Amino acid sequence: MRNLFKIAVRNLMRYKRRTSLTVSLISIGVVFVLVFISVSGSFKNMMIGQITDSLVGHIQVHRKGYLAAIENMPLDLNLKFSEFKQLENTLSKQSEIEAYSPRIKLGGMLSNFVATSNISLIAVYPDMEFKTLPLLPSKIINGAKKFNRGEIIIPELLATGMNVKVGDVVVVVATNNDGSVNGKQFKVAGIVERLFGPSGRNGYMHIEDAAELLRMEEIEVNEVAIRLKNFDMLNPMNQKLEKLLSEELSPQGKQLFEVHTWEKLTPFSTIARMIDVMTFFIKLMLTAIVLISIMNVMIMAVYERIREIGTIAAIGTLPGKILSMFIIEGLCLGVAGVAIGNIMGMLIIFIINSLRFTFNFGMVTGLLLSAKIHPADLLSISITVIIVSIIASLEPAFKASKMEPIKALRHI
Amino acid sequence: MSLILAENIQKDYQTGDICIKALKNINFEIKPSSFVSFVGPSGSGKTTLLNLIGCLDKPTSGKLNVAGTDVVSLNRKQSALFRGKTIGFIFQDFNLIPILTVYENIEYPLLMVEVIPPDDRKKRVNELLEAVGMVEQKGKYPDQISGGQKQRVAVARALVTNPKLVLADEPTANLDHKTAYMVIGLMKKMRDEFKTTFIFSTHDQKIVGEVDVLYTLEDGELKSVEVKRGGKKNA
Repeated sequence: MRNLFKIAVRNLMRYKRRTSLTVSLISIGVVFVLVFISVSGSFKNMMIGQITDSLVGHIQVHRKGYLAAIENMPLDLNLKFSEFKQLENTLSKQSEIEAYSPRIKLGGMLSNFVATSNISLIAVYPDMEFKTLPLLPSKIINGAKKFNRGEIIIPELLATGMNVKVGDVVVVVATNNDGSVNGKQFKVAGIVERLFGPSGRNGYMHIEDAAELLRMEEIEVNEVAIRLKNFDMLNPMNQKLEKLLSEELSPQGKQLFEVHTWEKLTPFSTIARMIDVMTFFIKLMLTAIVLISIMNVMIMAVYERIREIGTIAAIGTLPGKILSMFIIEGLCLGVAGVAIGNIMGMLIIFIINSLRFTFNFGMVTGLLLSAKIHPADLLSISITVIIVSIIASLEPAFKASKMEPIKALRHI
Repeated sequence: MSLILAENIQKDYQTGDICIKALKNINFEIKPSSFVSFVGPSGSGKTTLLNLIGCLDKPTSGKLNVAGTDVVSLNRKQSALFRGKTIGFIFQDFNLIPILTVYENIEYPLLMVEVIPPDDRKKRVNELLEAVGMVEQKGKYPDQISGGQKQRVAVARALVTNPKLVLADEPTANLDHKTAYMVIGLMKKMRDEFKTTFIFSTHDQKIVGEVDVLYTLEDGELKSVEVKRGGKKNA
């Protein structure tokens, strides 16, 4: 085998310029893929991080049917206190879960006695919410990074529009499940920045204040946001929770809970999927580059060495060894291209990170581009290129091995 | 015991509707350790016959036994194995592998055809390098040596596997007078030293004058057999 490699490398070195050009082409392809994956991956991870760590969490649990009506924030699909405790009992036993936060999402009217506007509110236990959404405190741009009972965090959009400042007193009016309207006075504790542009109207209040405002006899929740210790366990954990919670039934014998990952809860998952699709096509282009360039070189190599093939076949080299010789040549081209491409790609990623590029996402500006390539991606790209190199060499190698020595020796 | 036994060998080539009879009912027997030549004008069938003996091609009809093997019945892989173990080839254009040194060219059949321990391999290659007088050029590549030296390397490569038979198609055609004599002398020396049978196809009078048995072909037919020394007329 060592001799086959020696012969393959020497044959490649015979046409230095052609070999260099082919290896360069493969290397450039690998570099493009690595840089694209690392940069787009950085953007995607940043985007997912912003959404999951400051808005929705990794997974959410609702009463079955709630998600279909989530835009209306219905209160008749709340989980009763006992049902929430039932859920909490399951969640607290899962070692993969880092934190969870029960929420009441409600719509209401906000008034500062001068102007009135509608507002979406998320009522939470602040400590639990901040553990589940660790980026949320950083989104509170004015005022304290925490809030207590009797306090409210209002969105930047309303604060600007209604000229409300931290420390002002406001009134929130909401309709409860029975249809009666209730109001409660709050002190503005902070202003939360808009994450996704002008539509951001989410404010925060204490869950016990919400229960009082909605005249609940005991606390009900309509959403439980969950944070996992390891984000990579998202899908397995989602499946595990789905299985566990599917066994929890309502008194009517119907399934009580529904479980969703962040992807089902925000349209930004489409962007993440688009990035995945683009990455797939970039990889496909790399495959085509490797396939065509190596096949071209190997076809030329076979054509130029027909007499040589005839000679080695005549002196007794078995067809299998001739096949191996040419496949190893293609393999060497692929390995060289991958090795150089990986080194250059890592170098370029290092330079990109050193230059500290920033980008904007929604209303969030100055996010640092942190290009990273996962070892699994590096490995999968390398293996793909190497396998494609072998595939590209197969046809010319088969042709060489099937060549009749007598015809090959006559070739001019 | 004959090394090669050919009975009623016929070889036809079909070109469109035309059937060309390259060899017509050829019969001959060649003994081991012979120095044999097939001569004749271009198109007489010399190379075709050598290709059949070398298992590079199959006759249309007839029996051909080489070194005790019915070579007509061998498949592609068996033919390759048989060639590797039994037959050495010397080509008119030397056909050395340009990316391998003189040493590596001679070593090549031992690496690719036979499995031989490295020490034995080294010993065998050095023996042949010495026998053909190419020890000093062993690190050179084919494009760094002369035509005569290339043919000496080709002779060494043909003999490295200890074949029973070496086939040489016009081995002196691309060599000058002096070098051709030197190569012929070398092949005779190899025949004497290793007891290998050499079969040539040629119209070079230098070779013709040196062989034991001379077969003359004309229009695909064996016209005459001349036993010059040590050989046996059997056509």
